[in-house]
Amino acid sequence: MTTCLSLRNASVHYGAGSGGVHALRDVSLQVSAGERIALVGANGCGKSTLLRLVHGLLTPSCGMVQRDSNARQAMLFQRPYLMRFSAQSNVALGLWLRGTPWSLAKSQALEALQRVGLADMAHRPANKLSGGQQQRVALARAWALAPQILLLDEPTASLDPHAKREVEALIGELAHNGPGMTLLFASHNLGQVKRLATRVLYLEQGRILADLPVQDFFGGTLLQTSYPEAHLFVKGELV
Amino acid sequence: MTTLSDSAGTALDLVVSLDPVLLSIVWRSLAVSATACLIACALGLVLGAWLGVTRFTGRGAVLTVLNTFLAIPSVVVGLLVYLLLSRSGPLGFLGWLFSFKAMVLAQTLLVLPVVTALTRQVVEDAENLHGEQLASLGARPLVRSLLLAWDERYALLTVVIASFGRAISEVGAVMLVGGNIDGFTRVMTTAIALETSKGDLPLALGLGLILLGVVLLLNAATGLLRRWRERQGGYASAAVQMQVST
Repeated sequence: MTTCLSLRNASVHYGAGSGGVHALRDVSLQVSAGERIALVGANGCGKSTLLRLVHGLLTPSCGMVQRDSNARQAMLFQRPYLMRFSAQSNVALGLWLRGTPWSLAKSQALEALQRVGLADMAHRPANKLSGGQQQRVALARAWALAPQILLLDEPTASLDPHAKREVEALIGELAHNGPGMTLLFASHNLGQVKRLATRVLYLEQGRILADLPVQDFFGGTLLQTSYPEAHLFVKGELV
Repeated sequence: MTTLSDSAGTALDLVVSLDPVLLSIVWRSLAVSATACLIACALGLVLGAWLGVTRFTGRGAVLTVLNTFLAIPSVVVGLLVYLLLSRSGPLGFLGWLFSFKAMVLAQTLLVLPVVTALTRQVVEDAENLHGEQLASLGARPLVRSLLLAWDERYALLTVVIASFGRAISEVGAVMLVGGNIDGFTRVMTTAIALETSKGDLPLALGLGLILLGVVLLLNAATGLLRRWRERQGGYASAAVQMQVST
Protein backbone atom coordinates (compact mmCIF):
# COMPACT_ATOMS: atom_id res chain seq x y z
CA MET A 1 0.00 0.00 0.00
CA THR A 2 1.19 3.52 -0.68
CA THR A 3 2.23 5.79 2.14
CA CYS A 4 -0.08 8.77 2.34
CA LEU A 5 1.34 10.37 5.44
CA SER A 6 4.56 10.25 7.38
CA LEU A 7 6.01 11.98 10.40
CA ARG A 8 9.71 12.03 11.10
CA ASN A 9 10.94 12.89 14.58
CA ALA A 10 8.13 15.40 14.93
CA SER A 11 7.85 17.28 18.21
CA VAL A 12 5.40 19.91 19.35
CA HIS A 13 6.26 22.24 22.20
CA TYR A 14 3.68 24.64 23.63
CA GLY A 15 4.84 27.78 25.40
CA ALA A 16 8.35 29.06 25.90
CA GLY A 17 11.13 28.33 28.36
CA SER A 18 10.87 26.07 31.36
CA GLY A 19 7.11 26.68 31.68
CA GLY A 20 6.48 25.15 28.25
CA VAL A 21 4.97 21.73 27.63
CA HIS A 22 6.19 19.01 25.28
CA ALA A 23 2.90 17.83 23.81
CA LEU A 24 4.60 15.52 21.32
CA ARG A 25 8.15 14.20 21.47
CA ASP A 26 10.08 12.75 18.59
CA VAL A 27 7.14 11.05 16.91
CA SER A 28 7.83 9.01 13.80
CA LEU A 29 4.99 7.37 11.95
CA GLN A 30 4.11 6.06 8.52
CA VAL A 31 0.49 5.75 7.46
CA SER A 32 -0.58 3.75 4.44
CA ALA A 33 -3.65 4.62 2.41
CA GLY A 34 -6.73 2.83 3.68
CA GLU A 35 -5.45 2.20 7.20
CA ARG A 36 -7.74 2.84 10.14
CA ILE A 37 -5.57 3.93 13.00
CA ALA A 38 -6.75 4.51 16.57
CA LEU A 39 -4.84 6.76 18.92
CA VAL A 40 -5.29 5.74 22.53
CA GLY A 41 -3.83 6.89 25.80
CA ALA A 42 -4.65 8.89 28.90
CA ASN A 43 -5.81 12.52 28.77
CA GLY A 44 -2.99 14.86 27.81
CA CYS A 45 -0.90 12.12 26.20
CA GLY A 46 -0.80 13.96 22.87
CA LYS A 47 -3.58 12.33 20.81
CA SER A 48 -5.30 15.58 19.87
CA THR A 49 -1.99 17.33 19.25
CA LEU A 50 -0.96 14.56 16.88
CA LEU A 51 -4.23 14.88 14.93
CA ARG A 52 -3.86 18.68 14.76
CA LEU A 53 -0.28 18.31 13.58
CA VAL A 54 -1.32 15.89 10.85
CA HIS A 55 -4.11 18.22 9.75
CA GLY A 56 -1.78 21.19 9.54
CA LEU A 57 -3.41 23.13 12.37
CA LEU A 58 -0.07 23.00 14.21
CA THR A 59 3.44 23.20 12.89
CA PRO A 60 6.06 20.91 14.40
CA SER A 61 8.60 22.57 16.70
CA CYS A 62 11.11 20.20 15.11
CA GLY A 63 11.00 17.23 12.80
CA MET A 64 8.71 17.08 9.80
CA VAL A 65 5.31 16.02 8.56
CA GLN A 66 4.97 14.83 4.98
CA ARG A 67 1.65 14.39 3.27
CA ASP A 68 0.63 13.72 -0.26
CA SER A 69 0.06 17.27 -1.47
CA ASN A 70 -3.01 16.17 -3.43
CA ALA A 71 -4.58 14.25 -0.58
CA ARG A 72 -7.82 15.77 0.68
CA GLN A 73 -8.17 15.83 4.45
CA ALA A 74 -11.02 16.56 6.81
CA MET A 75 -11.21 16.64 10.57
CA LEU A 76 -14.06 16.05 12.98
CA PHE A 77 -13.91 17.39 16.52
CA GLN A 78 -15.41 16.17 19.77
CA ARG A 79 -17.79 19.13 19.94
CA PRO A 80 -18.52 20.26 16.41
CA TYR A 81 -18.81 23.96 15.70
CA LEU A 82 -21.85 24.59 13.59
CA MET A 83 -22.63 28.14 12.62
CA ARG A 84 -26.04 29.75 13.13
CA PHE A 85 -27.09 28.56 9.69
CA SER A 86 -29.23 25.67 8.56
CA ALA A 87 -27.72 22.20 8.63
CA GLN A 88 -27.47 22.28 4.84
CA SER A 89 -25.64 25.62 4.81
CA ASN A 90 -23.21 24.37 7.44
CA VAL A 91 -22.31 21.42 5.26
CA ALA A 92 -22.14 23.63 2.17
CA LEU A 93 -19.79 26.03 3.96
CA GLY A 94 -17.03 23.40 4.09
CA LEU A 95 -17.31 22.89 0.33
CA TRP A 96 -17.52 26.62 -0.39
CA LEU A 97 -14.37 27.27 1.63
CA ARG A 98 -12.57 24.82 -0.64
CA GLY A 99 -13.70 26.58 -3.78
CA THR A 100 -17.03 25.00 -4.72
CA PRO A 101 -19.60 27.55 -5.96
CA TRP A 102 -22.31 28.10 -3.34
CA SER A 103 -25.24 26.74 -5.37
CA LEU A 104 -23.36 23.53 -6.21
CA ALA A 105 -22.14 23.29 -2.62
CA LYS A 106 -25.75 23.44 -1.40
CA SER A 107 -26.85 20.55 -3.60
CA GLN A 108 -23.82 18.46 -2.65
CA ALA A 109 -24.51 19.29 0.99
CA LEU A 110 -28.00 17.85 0.65
CA GLU A 111 -26.54 14.61 -0.71
CA ALA A 112 -24.13 14.45 2.22
CA LEU A 113 -26.99 15.01 4.66
CA GLN A 114 -28.94 12.22 2.98
CA ARG A 115 -25.92 10.01 3.54
CA VAL A 116 -26.04 10.61 7.29
CA GLY A 117 -29.83 10.34 7.42
CA LEU A 118 -30.55 14.01 8.04
CA ALA A 119 -31.95 15.13 4.70
CA ASP A 120 -35.30 15.92 6.31
CA MET A 121 -33.56 18.29 8.71
CA ALA A 122 -31.52 20.09 6.08
CA HIS A 123 -33.33 23.38 6.60
CA ARG A 124 -33.44 23.24 10.40
CA PRO A 125 -31.11 25.63 12.28
CA ALA A 126 -28.06 23.56 13.14
CA ASN A 127 -27.94 24.80 16.72
CA LYS A 128 -31.46 23.46 17.32
CA LEU A 129 -30.41 19.88 16.57
CA SER A 130 -29.49 17.36 19.25
CA GLY A 131 -25.84 16.62 20.06
CA GLY A 132 -25.88 13.42 18.02
CA GLN A 133 -27.55 15.13 15.07
CA GLN A 134 -25.02 17.98 15.23
CA GLN A 135 -22.18 15.47 15.12
CA ARG A 136 -23.84 13.80 12.12
CA VAL A 137 -24.06 17.20 10.39
CA ALA A 138 -20.35 17.68 11.11
CA LEU A 139 -19.70 14.21 9.73
CA ALA A 140 -21.67 15.09 6.60
CA ARG A 141 -19.60 18.28 6.31
CA ALA A 142 -16.40 16.23 6.50
CA TRP A 143 -17.71 13.52 4.19
CA ALA A 144 -18.85 16.06 1.59
CA LEU A 145 -15.23 17.06 1.13
CA ALA A 146 -14.54 13.51 -0.12
CA PRO A 147 -11.52 13.21 2.15
CA GLN A 148 -8.82 10.64 1.53
CA ILE A 149 -7.67 11.13 5.11
CA LEU A 150 -10.33 11.60 7.80
CA LEU A 151 -9.18 12.70 11.24
CA LEU A 152 -11.50 12.30 14.20
CA ASP A 153 -10.82 13.69 17.63
CA GLU A 154 -12.95 11.70 20.07
CA PRO A 155 -15.99 12.11 17.83
CA THR A 156 -18.42 10.32 20.14
CA ALA A 157 -17.03 11.30 23.54
CA SER A 158 -19.71 13.88 24.33
CA LEU A 159 -22.68 11.87 23.03
CA ASP A 160 -25.22 9.67 24.77
CA PRO A 161 -25.01 5.90 24.13
CA HIS A 162 -27.67 5.93 21.40
CA ALA A 163 -26.10 8.84 19.50
CA LYS A 164 -22.70 7.26 20.07
CA ARG A 165 -23.80 4.08 18.30
CA GLU A 166 -25.35 6.04 15.43
CA VAL A 167 -22.29 8.19 14.82
CA GLU A 168 -19.90 5.27 15.19
CA ALA A 169 -21.91 3.23 12.70
CA LEU A 170 -21.77 6.12 10.23
CA ILE A 171 -18.03 6.52 10.66
CA GLY A 172 -17.56 2.81 10.07
CA GLU A 173 -19.80 2.93 7.01
CA LEU A 174 -17.99 5.94 5.54
CA ALA A 175 -14.58 4.45 6.24
CA HIS A 176 -15.48 1.14 4.65
CA ASN A 177 -17.31 2.59 1.67
CA GLY A 178 -14.83 5.32 0.83
CA PRO A 179 -12.29 3.85 -1.56
CA GLY A 180 -8.99 3.83 0.29
CA MET A 181 -10.12 6.31 2.92
CA THR A 182 -7.55 6.56 5.69
CA LEU A 183 -8.90 7.03 9.18
CA LEU A 184 -7.01 8.42 12.16
CA PHE A 185 -9.06 8.73 15.27
CA ALA A 186 -8.50 9.40 18.93
CA SER A 187 -10.72 7.52 21.34
CA HIS A 188 -11.04 6.50 24.97
CA ASN A 189 -13.61 3.92 23.99
CA LEU A 190 -11.69 0.67 23.60
CA GLY A 191 -14.72 -1.17 22.24
CA GLN A 192 -14.95 1.45 19.50
CA VAL A 193 -11.23 1.04 18.83
CA LYS A 194 -11.72 -2.71 18.41
CA ARG A 195 -14.64 -2.21 16.05
CA LEU A 196 -13.17 0.54 13.86
CA ALA A 197 -9.38 0.29 13.88
CA THR A 198 -6.94 -1.90 12.02
CA ARG A 199 -3.95 -0.50 13.88
CA VAL A 200 -3.54 1.05 17.33
CA LEU A 201 -1.04 3.59 18.57
CA TYR A 202 -0.66 3.92 22.31
CA LEU A 203 0.67 7.31 23.41
CA GLU A 204 2.07 8.38 26.73
CA GLN A 205 3.51 11.78 27.58
CA GLY A 206 3.75 12.76 23.93
CA ARG A 207 5.49 9.61 22.77
CA ILE A 208 4.21 6.64 20.82
CA LEU A 209 4.94 3.73 23.14
CA ALA A 210 3.15 1.01 21.21
CA ASP A 211 2.23 0.66 17.53
CA LEU A 212 0.44 -2.60 16.89
CA PRO A 213 -2.19 -4.20 14.67
CA VAL A 214 -5.53 -4.15 16.48
CA GLN A 215 -5.59 -7.93 17.06
CA ASP A 216 -2.15 -7.81 18.73
CA PHE A 217 -3.13 -4.82 20.80
CA PHE A 218 -6.18 -6.50 22.31
CA GLY A 219 -5.20 -10.17 22.09
CA GLY A 220 -2.18 -12.36 22.67
CA THR A 221 0.71 -11.68 24.98
CA LEU A 222 2.74 -9.23 22.88
CA LEU A 223 1.24 -6.18 24.55
CA GLN A 224 1.76 -7.56 28.04
CA THR A 225 5.37 -8.57 27.47
CA SER A 226 6.59 -5.70 25.29
CA TYR A 227 4.38 -2.78 26.29
CA PRO A 228 3.44 -3.15 29.97
CA GLU A 229 2.11 0.44 30.28
CA ALA A 230 -0.21 -0.05 27.30
CA HIS A 231 -1.31 -3.38 28.73
CA LEU A 232 -2.20 -1.75 32.03
CA PHE A 233 -4.11 0.96 30.14
CA VAL A 234 -6.16 -1.60 28.23
CA LYS A 235 -6.91 -3.45 31.48
CA GLY A 236 -7.97 -0.16 33.04
CA GLU A 237 -5.31 -0.44 35.70
CA LEU A 238 -3.10 2.45 34.70
CA VAL A 239 -3.00 5.03 37.48
CA MET B 1 -37.98 81.21 39.46
CA THR B 2 -39.45 78.26 37.64
CA THR B 3 -39.79 75.26 39.87
CA LEU B 4 -38.73 71.79 38.78
CA SER B 5 -42.31 70.57 38.56
CA ASP B 6 -43.39 73.60 36.46
CA SER B 7 -40.44 72.99 34.15
CA ALA B 8 -41.27 69.33 33.87
CA GLY B 9 -44.91 70.19 33.05
CA THR B 10 -43.88 72.66 30.36
CA ALA B 11 -41.35 70.17 29.02
CA LEU B 12 -44.06 67.53 28.71
CA ASP B 13 -46.27 70.07 26.85
CA LEU B 14 -43.42 70.70 24.40
CA VAL B 15 -42.94 66.99 23.85
CA VAL B 16 -46.65 66.20 23.50
CA SER B 17 -47.36 69.19 21.22
CA LEU B 18 -44.43 68.15 18.98
CA ASP B 19 -42.79 71.58 19.25
CA PRO B 20 -41.04 72.23 15.91
CA VAL B 21 -37.85 73.62 17.53
CA LEU B 22 -37.64 70.62 19.79
CA LEU B 23 -38.30 68.23 16.92
CA SER B 24 -35.64 69.79 14.68
CA ILE B 25 -33.04 69.44 17.44
CA VAL B 26 -34.04 65.84 18.12
CA TRP B 27 -34.03 64.99 14.44
CA ARG B 28 -30.55 66.55 13.98
CA SER B 29 -29.19 64.64 16.98
CA LEU B 30 -30.49 61.36 15.69
CA ALA B 31 -29.19 62.07 12.18
CA VAL B 32 -25.68 63.01 13.38
CA SER B 33 -25.34 60.05 15.74
CA ALA B 34 -26.88 57.53 13.35
CA THR B 35 -24.60 58.65 10.49
CA ALA B 36 -21.54 58.57 12.76
CA CYS B 37 -22.51 55.10 14.02
CA LEU B 38 -23.09 53.84 10.51
CA ILE B 39 -19.62 54.94 9.40
CA ALA B 40 -17.92 53.80 12.61
CA CYS B 41 -19.66 50.40 12.45
CA ALA B 42 -18.78 49.88 8.78
CA LEU B 43 -15.12 50.40 9.64
CA GLY B 44 -15.02 49.15 13.23
CA LEU B 45 -16.84 45.85 12.74
CA VAL B 46 -14.48 44.76 9.95
CA LEU B 47 -11.36 46.09 11.66
CA GLY B 48 -12.34 44.62 15.03
CA ALA B 49 -13.17 41.23 13.50
CA TRP B 50 -9.84 41.19 11.69
CA LEU B 51 -7.97 42.14 14.87
CA GLY B 52 -9.80 39.37 16.73
CA VAL B 53 -8.44 36.68 14.43
CA THR B 54 -5.16 37.91 12.99
CA ARG B 55 -1.87 37.63 14.86
CA PHE B 56 1.02 39.93 13.96
CA THR B 57 4.02 41.53 15.59
CA GLY B 58 2.95 44.59 17.54
CA ARG B 59 -0.66 43.42 17.94
CA GLY B 60 -0.43 43.81 21.71
CA ALA B 61 0.63 47.44 21.34
CA VAL B 62 -2.20 48.10 18.87
CA LEU B 63 -4.73 46.62 21.32
CA THR B 64 -3.33 48.68 24.20
CA VAL B 65 -3.71 51.89 22.17
CA LEU B 66 -7.18 50.82 21.06
CA ASN B 67 -8.30 50.12 24.61
CA THR B 68 -6.85 53.46 25.70
CA PHE B 69 -9.00 55.21 23.10
CA LEU B 70 -12.05 53.58 24.68
CA ALA B 71 -11.67 55.97 27.60
CA ILE B 72 -10.80 59.09 25.62
CA PRO B 73 -12.93 62.05 26.76
CA SER B 74 -15.25 63.31 24.05
CA VAL B 75 -13.99 66.85 24.55
CA VAL B 76 -10.47 65.70 23.63
CA VAL B 77 -11.80 64.13 20.43
CA GLY B 78 -13.61 67.39 19.76
CA LEU B 79 -10.40 69.34 20.29
CA LEU B 80 -8.44 67.07 17.92
CA VAL B 81 -11.10 67.32 15.22
CA TYR B 82 -11.25 71.10 15.78
CA LEU B 83 -7.50 71.34 15.22
CA LEU B 84 -7.75 69.13 12.12
CA LEU B 85 -10.61 71.12 10.61
CA SER B 86 -9.65 74.63 11.66
CA ARG B 87 -8.59 76.94 8.86
CA SER B 88 -4.88 76.39 9.58
CA GLY B 89 -5.30 72.64 10.20
CA PRO B 90 -4.43 69.85 7.74
CA LEU B 91 -8.10 69.37 6.78
CA GLY B 92 -9.00 73.05 6.92
CA PHE B 93 -9.46 73.19 3.16
CA LEU B 94 -12.60 71.06 3.52
CA GLY B 95 -14.40 73.91 5.27
CA TRP B 96 -16.26 71.48 7.52
CA LEU B 97 -15.78 73.23 10.87
CA PHE B 98 -19.07 74.16 12.57
CA SER B 99 -21.06 71.94 10.25
CA PHE B 100 -23.07 68.71 10.35
CA LYS B 101 -20.12 66.91 8.73
CA ALA B 102 -17.72 68.04 11.44
CA MET B 103 -20.05 66.67 14.14
CA VAL B 104 -20.36 63.37 12.27
CA LEU B 105 -16.58 63.16 11.94
CA ALA B 106 -16.05 63.85 15.65
CA GLN B 107 -18.64 61.30 16.76
CA THR B 108 -17.31 58.74 14.29
CA LEU B 109 -13.83 59.09 15.78
CA LEU B 110 -15.30 58.89 19.26
CA VAL B 111 -17.29 55.74 18.57
CA LEU B 112 -14.85 53.93 16.27
CA PRO B 113 -12.61 52.65 19.10
CA VAL B 114 -15.70 51.43 21.00
CA VAL B 115 -16.98 49.45 18.03
CA THR B 116 -13.53 48.13 17.11
CA ALA B 117 -12.49 47.12 20.62
CA LEU B 118 -15.78 45.42 21.50
CA THR B 119 -15.98 43.65 18.15
CA ARG B 120 -12.38 42.50 18.59
CA GLN B 121 -13.26 41.03 21.99
CA VAL B 122 -16.40 39.27 20.75
CA VAL B 123 -14.69 37.82 17.66
CA GLU B 124 -11.54 36.85 19.56
CA ASP B 125 -13.63 34.93 22.11
CA ALA B 126 -15.36 33.14 19.23
CA GLU B 127 -12.02 32.52 17.52
CA ASN B 128 -10.61 30.94 20.68
CA LEU B 129 -13.61 28.64 20.88
CA HIS B 130 -14.24 27.83 17.23
CA GLY B 131 -11.47 29.28 15.06
CA GLU B 132 -9.58 26.02 14.86
CA GLN B 133 -12.57 24.20 13.42
CA LEU B 134 -13.11 26.86 10.77
CA ALA B 135 -9.39 26.77 9.99
CA SER B 136 -9.65 22.98 9.65
CA LEU B 137 -12.26 23.57 6.94
CA GLY B 138 -9.84 25.81 5.09
CA ALA B 139 -10.95 29.27 6.25
CA ARG B 140 -8.10 31.76 6.18
CA PRO B 141 -7.93 34.52 8.83
CA LEU B 142 -9.86 37.20 6.91
CA VAL B 143 -12.66 34.82 5.89
CA ARG B 144 -12.65 33.37 9.39
CA SER B 145 -12.99 36.79 10.97
CA LEU B 146 -15.96 37.64 8.74
CA LEU B 147 -17.64 34.28 9.35
CA LEU B 148 -17.19 34.54 13.10
CA ALA B 149 -18.44 38.14 13.09
CA TRP B 150 -21.50 37.04 11.14
CA ASP B 151 -22.08 34.15 13.54
CA GLU B 152 -21.81 36.56 16.46
CA ARG B 153 -24.08 39.10 14.77
CA TYR B 154 -26.49 39.32 17.70
CA ALA B 155 -23.68 40.15 20.11
CA LEU B 156 -22.40 42.68 17.59
CA LEU B 157 -25.84 44.23 17.28
CA THR B 158 -25.51 44.99 20.98
CA VAL B 159 -22.17 46.64 20.17
CA VAL B 160 -23.91 48.82 17.58
CA ILE B 161 -26.59 49.82 20.09
CA ALA B 162 -23.95 50.59 22.73
CA SER B 163 -21.99 52.74 20.28
CA PHE B 164 -25.10 54.69 19.30
CA GLY B 165 -25.76 55.31 22.98
CA ARG B 166 -22.23 56.63 23.39
CA ALA B 167 -22.59 58.91 20.36
CA ILE B 168 -25.98 60.42 21.11
CA SER B 169 -25.22 61.14 24.76
CA GLU B 170 -21.89 62.93 24.30
CA VAL B 171 -21.69 66.70 24.40
CA GLY B 172 -18.04 67.78 24.37
CA ALA B 173 -17.08 66.88 20.82
CA VAL B 174 -20.16 68.22 19.04
CA MET B 175 -20.07 71.39 21.11
CA LEU B 176 -16.50 72.14 20.01
CA VAL B 177 -16.70 71.24 16.33
CA GLY B 178 -20.37 72.04 15.73
CA GLY B 179 -20.46 75.31 17.59
CA ASN B 180 -24.06 74.77 18.78
CA ILE B 181 -25.45 77.00 16.03
CA ASP B 182 -29.22 77.40 16.27
CA GLY B 183 -31.05 75.56 13.51
CA PHE B 184 -27.82 74.29 12.03
CA THR B 185 -25.59 72.37 14.42
CA ARG B 186 -27.59 72.44 17.64
CA VAL B 187 -28.22 68.93 18.94
CA MET B 188 -29.93 67.64 22.08
CA THR B 189 -26.93 67.59 24.39
CA THR B 190 -25.57 71.00 23.35
CA ALA B 191 -29.06 72.49 23.50
CA ILE B 192 -29.56 71.13 27.03
CA ALA B 193 -26.25 72.69 28.11
CA LEU B 194 -27.13 76.05 26.50
CA GLU B 195 -30.74 76.28 27.66
CA THR B 196 -29.75 75.35 31.20
CA SER B 197 -27.11 78.10 31.26
CA LYS B 198 -29.76 80.54 29.94
CA GLY B 199 -32.26 79.39 32.55
CA ASP B 200 -34.75 78.04 29.99
CA LEU B 201 -35.30 74.89 31.96
CA PRO B 202 -38.49 73.63 30.19
CA LEU B 203 -36.78 73.19 26.81
CA ALA B 204 -33.69 71.73 28.49
CA LEU B 205 -35.86 69.33 30.47
CA GLY B 206 -37.93 68.45 27.40
CA LEU B 207 -34.76 67.57 25.52
CA GLY B 208 -33.45 65.74 28.57
CA LEU B 209 -36.65 63.68 28.69
CA ILE B 210 -36.30 62.73 25.05
CA LEU B 211 -32.61 61.91 25.47
CA LEU B 212 -33.50 59.74 28.45
CA GLY B 213 -36.22 58.13 26.35
CA VAL B 214 -33.75 57.34 23.57
CA VAL B 215 -31.27 55.83 26.04
CA LEU B 216 -34.11 53.93 27.70
CA LEU B 217 -35.18 52.54 24.33
CA LEU B 218 -31.58 51.53 23.60
CA ASN B 219 -31.26 49.75 26.93
CA ALA B 220 -34.62 48.06 26.44
CA ALA B 221 -33.55 46.96 22.97
CA THR B 222 -30.28 45.63 24.37
CA GLY B 223 -32.09 43.76 27.14
CA LEU B 224 -34.62 42.26 24.73
CA LEU B 225 -31.84 41.28 22.37
CA ARG B 226 -29.93 39.61 25.17
CA ARG B 227 -32.97 37.66 26.31
CA TRP B 228 -33.79 36.66 22.77
CA ARG B 229 -30.21 35.48 22.20
CA GLU B 230 -30.32 33.42 25.37
CA ARG B 231 -33.51 31.78 24.10
CA GLN B 232 -31.74 31.12 20.79
CA GLY B 233 -28.99 29.28 22.65
CA GLY B 234 -26.44 32.06 22.27
CA TYR B 235 -24.72 33.96 25.02
CA ALA B 236 -24.21 37.65 25.62
CA SER B 237 -20.58 38.63 25.49
CA ALA B 238 -19.34 39.71 28.91
CA ALA B 239 -17.38 42.55 27.34
CA VAL B 240 -20.45 43.90 25.58
CA GLN B 241 -22.64 43.55 28.66
CA MET B 242 -20.06 45.47 30.65
CA GLN B 243 -19.90 48.28 28.11
CA VAL B 244 -23.68 48.63 27.85
CA SER B 245 -24.14 48.62 31.61
CA THR B 246 -21.63 51.43 32.02
